[in-house]
Amino acid sequence: MLTEPQSDYVKVALPKGSLLPATACFLNEIGLEFENYTQKTRVYRLQSTRLPHLSAKMFQEKDIPIQVAVGNYDLGICGSDWIEELLAKYPASALVRVFGLEYNKGNLYMAASQHGNISSVQELPHRQDTWRIVTEYPNLAEASALSLRLRKFRILPVWGAAEVYPPENADLVVLWAQNESAIKAQNLVSLKTLLSTGAFLIANKESWQTKNVGQVISRFSQGLRATAKPWLQIKPKSARSVNSFHPDFSQEKVWLAIPDGHQQAPTSEFLNKAGLELQGYSARMLKRRPSFNLDWVNVKVIRPQDMPLQVANGNFDLAITGRDWLLDHLYRFPTSPATELVELGFGEVKVVAVVSQDLSVADIDDLKRLMQAGGLSPLRVASEYINIADKYLHDNHVSRYKLIPTWGASEALLPEDADLLIENTQTGKTLAEHNLRIVDTLFKSTACLIGNKNSLASPTKRERIASLVEILRQTAESN
Amino acid sequence: MTSQRCKGARDLLPKDTARFRHVEDAFRRSCLSWGYQEVRTPTLEYLHLFTAAGTLTPNMLSKVYSFLDWDGWSGERVVLRPDGTIPVARLYIENLAQEAIARLFYVTNVFAFEETGKENRERWQCGVELLGSPKSTADVELILLAVEILRSLNISGVEIQLSHAGVLKALLKELKLSPDKEAALLSQILDGNWQVLAQTGAANSNADRLLSLFLDLRGESSSFLENLRALPQISSDLKSELDSFAEVASLLDVLDCNYHIDITSTRGFEYYTGLCFQFLVKQDRIVSGGRYDNLVPLIGGKSTPACGFALYIDPLIDLVEPEVRQTKEHRILVRSETTMPNVTKASFELAQCLREAGYVAELDFSGRQSDWRWVITVEEKPSSFIVIDQIQNQKTEASSIANVIDIMGGSA
Repeated sequence: MLTEPQSDYVKVALPKGSLLPATACFLNEIGLEFENYTQKTRVYRLQSTRLPHLSAKMFQEKDIPIQVAVGNYDLGICGSDWIEELLAKYPASALVRVFGLEYNKGNLYMAASQHGNISSVQELPHRQDTWRIVTEYPNLAEASALSLRLRKFRILPVWGAAEVYPPENADLVVLWAQNESAIKAQNLVSLKTLLSTGAFLIANKESWQTKNVGQVISRFSQGLRATAKPWLQIKPKSARSVNSFHPDFSQEKVWLAIPDGHQQAPTSEFLNKAGLELQGYSARMLKRRPSFNLDWVNVKVIRPQDMPLQVANGNFDLAITGRDWLLDHLYRFPTSPATELVELGFGEVKVVAVVSQDLSVADIDDLKRLMQAGGLSPLRVASEYINIADKYLHDNHVSRYKLIPTWGASEALLPEDADLLIENTQTGKTLAEHNLRIVDTLFKSTACLIGNKNSLASPTKRERIASLVEILRQTAESN
Repeated sequence: MTSQRCKGARDLLPKDTARFRHVEDAFRRSCLSWGYQEVRTPTLEYLHLFTAAGTLTPNMLSKVYSFLDWDGWSGERVVLRPDGTIPVARLYIENLAQEAIARLFYVTNVFAFEETGKENRERWQCGVELLGSPKSTADVELILLAVEILRSLNISGVEIQLSHAGVLKALLKELKLSPDKEAALLSQILDGNWQVLAQTGAANSNADRLLSLFLDLRGESSSFLENLRALPQISSDLKSELDSFAEVASLLDVLDCNYHIDITSTRGFEYYTGLCFQFLVKQDRIVSGGRYDNLVPLIGGKSTPACGFALYIDPLIDLVEPEVRQTKEHRILVRSETTMPNVTKASFELAQCLREAGYVAELDFSGRQSDWRWVITVEEKPSSFIVIDQIQNQKTEASSIANVIDIMGGSA
């Protein structure tokens, strides 16, 4: 009887989120299932149920190409859009595109609003405008702008909800969608298909050159040759949001940004208490432009991370976000006009510095001593808050460190893929569960109302802004 | 110890810096004597200055160091200057546009990402721009100026290659491609990939033969251009570009300046519109330049014909041999055993007088050895010096500074 050739130990980076169900189904069908690889799992480290030399860790999809390129993982599965986004800026990344996995297919589009004045990509280079391009894919957007020979353009990177920015806050949007009708459904017109995307298997270049991953790869190949492919039937469950509206961009309107995600429920509750009624801002149904009982306010629902920049740019007069995100913005842009107006009091978290329990350090000075003694240099620091992390490390004179930007679930990175985290925590319970220790508390953050201190609004509009601020201040004080 | 120097960055050591200065000095001397004036532009510029179509190719733009400034929340990006000419054109538009002719020069660094990190990501160049003249004599002036600079640097074996961006662009038109394809083809050619042209031409055999006559042969005088001009399939556009090329070439013939005509030597900048030239020494490109009549209007100025060139310092410093001006004879070590105030004062005063007398005087209070001819020890006794001639192996006592200079002058 032939035995399979001996395999090397193989580590795989697997996606969380929308790509997870189809990926899990695919892995099950090809006999590579991992215990606990489900949406609800509380663990990040997964062991193959069949192959003892195969383990995996779960990441945000965006993080996977970077994790594989730096060599922390031998193989990874993620959307090819995120692979191309990395390679657009860093073509020398040590990544091998192994093959496409056929599911979660879609395209990356350059689009404009149906309510705007752009109808084709050909007209762009000939107009004198400065094109504002909003996107979750800043590197691909820049490469496209350069190859379209746009004379003047600005890339506005966002964490999400890019579709809601045009036409008033951006001229163009680079975004992913399954097809053109999904673009239309967002009130956008597709101008150009930049690339077609789908779930993809990638490998670290050195692993591919030196390790025997053949056994794993051949199972993937079997899956692609199978006649029944149940994973193709699994449609990613994406949070449906609606972006229909009748444009009303009159000068006197006050623009308010409110958050989606974790902050949505407490914000909704707070606004209700203030007597402000929103339609389409509930867990069941999210309208990106909900209607409001104050008709002189235009409300948009965007990611809280993106709000300080949008307020600084004058796209919004007011926004409800976290102090953490405001500080992260101000550390990057110290002269920004975005400023905190009212502390709203809910959604309190601490922003903390975290290490693994396995590391015998009690505070940041211990950590520095450990670095000086020759361990952990350069220090690998992972954070969603790049600028807060950077400032914290400068302030503490940590001499050599590498920042690893993440898109959430950073606690999974310790201890193998990072040494220090700058993270937020409500109670510290999750951190303790993952065998992590807080070594420093940077600051407390709560939801706050932010505004633009240089607001050039008309007197009417200024009064309106002031009265809205006042309503929210009183509600916060009575809380 | 592992190096902490940034990847792709270079240190200039004293011997390199001496060569650098030698090149720079020769360059400045020539430029000033031809009536050019020196300018400097900032290291930081807005990205959009370089993204206007027809300035840098997308490939070059993808290697630009660009980032958001500390107040860049609007998304406006700045770059580390990726090119020398465009900032000078901007400076001209904003400050000097009222002058009929502006003759400007500069010594500057330019930045471009280079993937392996083995090549320099920061390069130095001496640049010259002549703004306001449409005349062929302006192109000729630049070529002769570059020739003079290289001659004063004793660089031999220089080959001058001429080409013409207008001829190249008119030739591409003969292929009758869509505007998109044509622009893409031009970008690739300017990035040095001439093979794409061979692949494209095949569809149209007439154009193919024409291309071959232009690209496969090298000319040695303006006659080559006259011959091409006389071909039956030459369009009127191509003819007028050839006329402009031939005008410069025949002037160079009259001035006994030797060159090769090689259309495939057009390289690098999309902003070139007319004559292009480069100087090579053993395959190394040390000068390149050309006419860029559309650049100033492209970045917002009024129509201004212009041309310029850059001298690449990095390859040049390996080719020059600056004469050593300060021999061991001219260097003196002024040494004293103590740092008592009166001795220190006498040492500094002596060194000052020696410098004024044309020597290089270095001070030492820590007993260092030297292989220079002269070492002078300053004694504790006021105004007493011992002059040591390390070649003649003589020690002479001197009682005053004048005495010291006498002794050395006497022996020299």
